[in-house]
Amino acid sequence: MAEVFDRVRKVICEQLSVTEGEVSEDKRFQEDLNADSLDVVELIMALEEEFGIEIPDDDVANMKTVGDVSGYVASKV
Amino acid sequence: MLLEGKKGLVLNVSNNNSIGWGIVEALHQHGATIAVGAQNEKFLGKVEKLIEGQERLSAITCDFSSEEDLSRLHDEVKARFGKIDFFVHAAAFADREDLQNRFIETSRAGFNLALEVSAYSLVAACRTLEPLFNEDASIVTLSYIGSTRAAANYNVMGVAKAALESAVRYLAVDLGDRGIRVNTLSPGPINTLSARGVKGLAEKIRNVEEYVPLKRPFGQHECGLNAVYLCSELSSGITGQIIYLDSGFNFVMK
Repeated sequence: MAEVFDRVRKVICEQLSVTEGEVSEDKRFQEDLNADSLDVVELIMALEEEFGIEIPDDDVANMKTVGDVSGYVASKV
Repeated sequence: MLLEGKKGLVLNVSNNNSIGWGIVEALHQHGATIAVGAQNEKFLGKVEKLIEGQERLSAITCDFSSEEDLSRLHDEVKARFGKIDFFVHAAAFADREDLQNRFIETSRAGFNLALEVSAYSLVAACRTLEPLFNEDASIVTLSYIGSTRAAANYNVMGVAKAALESAVRYLAVDLGDRGIRVNTLSPGPINTLSARGVKGLAEKIRNVEEYVPLKRPFGQHECGLNAVYLCSELSSGITGQIIYLDSGFNFVMK
């Protein structure tokens, strides 16, 4: 779980140009990390690539925070 | 190399999944010198990262919805290259909500925006760049079969692609007397940032190799190879055409 979070955080930092210190589980993408909707889609695609998983649109709709995403990814790998 | 000494534009690229980027890579491998487009400052950073350290690639910004930006594009391309041999148009946009709901709900503003950015942009860019095209230059744009069939949730983008494909034929007439060719590549569904805006398309992409004749997916790299074909003398005499690039996706039913 911790390892998944670290990898997710790394992808988030690359995609959203933020530092590791800014990324914690409670951070919301749009409000706290300054991501627009395109950034979120790019992030999801990068995570699919990193973890070799598929993340359907309907599931993405429920992901608002870093914790939502890392929890989802952890459940898929 | 098929494109040695050839110079041109690929507008625009968002990231390494973009079809435009697959095209840049292939044209570049075949010797072309390319200005790679970014829609705005935000994407410029990403494009600069993609092309970092590569000879014959440079970045350029182009917002197709701005006349000002288009005239700046003309001046910048003229200063950088003088004349150009190819122009790959890879630009489309629609409001996300227009690609999720019933087509009948498309607003006037949403309709105009999609048609302007996705179809008129080619016309405007060709007019702006017309004085810079060499004889025998090649113009390539990107479409999708949602232009002639009602593809789930593709909606107003299908209408825009129909307009784009028609524009290609009229542009081919206008520019044909100078030997300039204008063609459309129509790939099947590919997992790009743009495609992810269309509800359910990602799921369709994942299963596509099960029912296409070639039983395999197709991707950005193949789009690139076909762009090399359309931008080189291999496609001499071909203009106003739509080339389906989809492992046969366009003619089978599921």
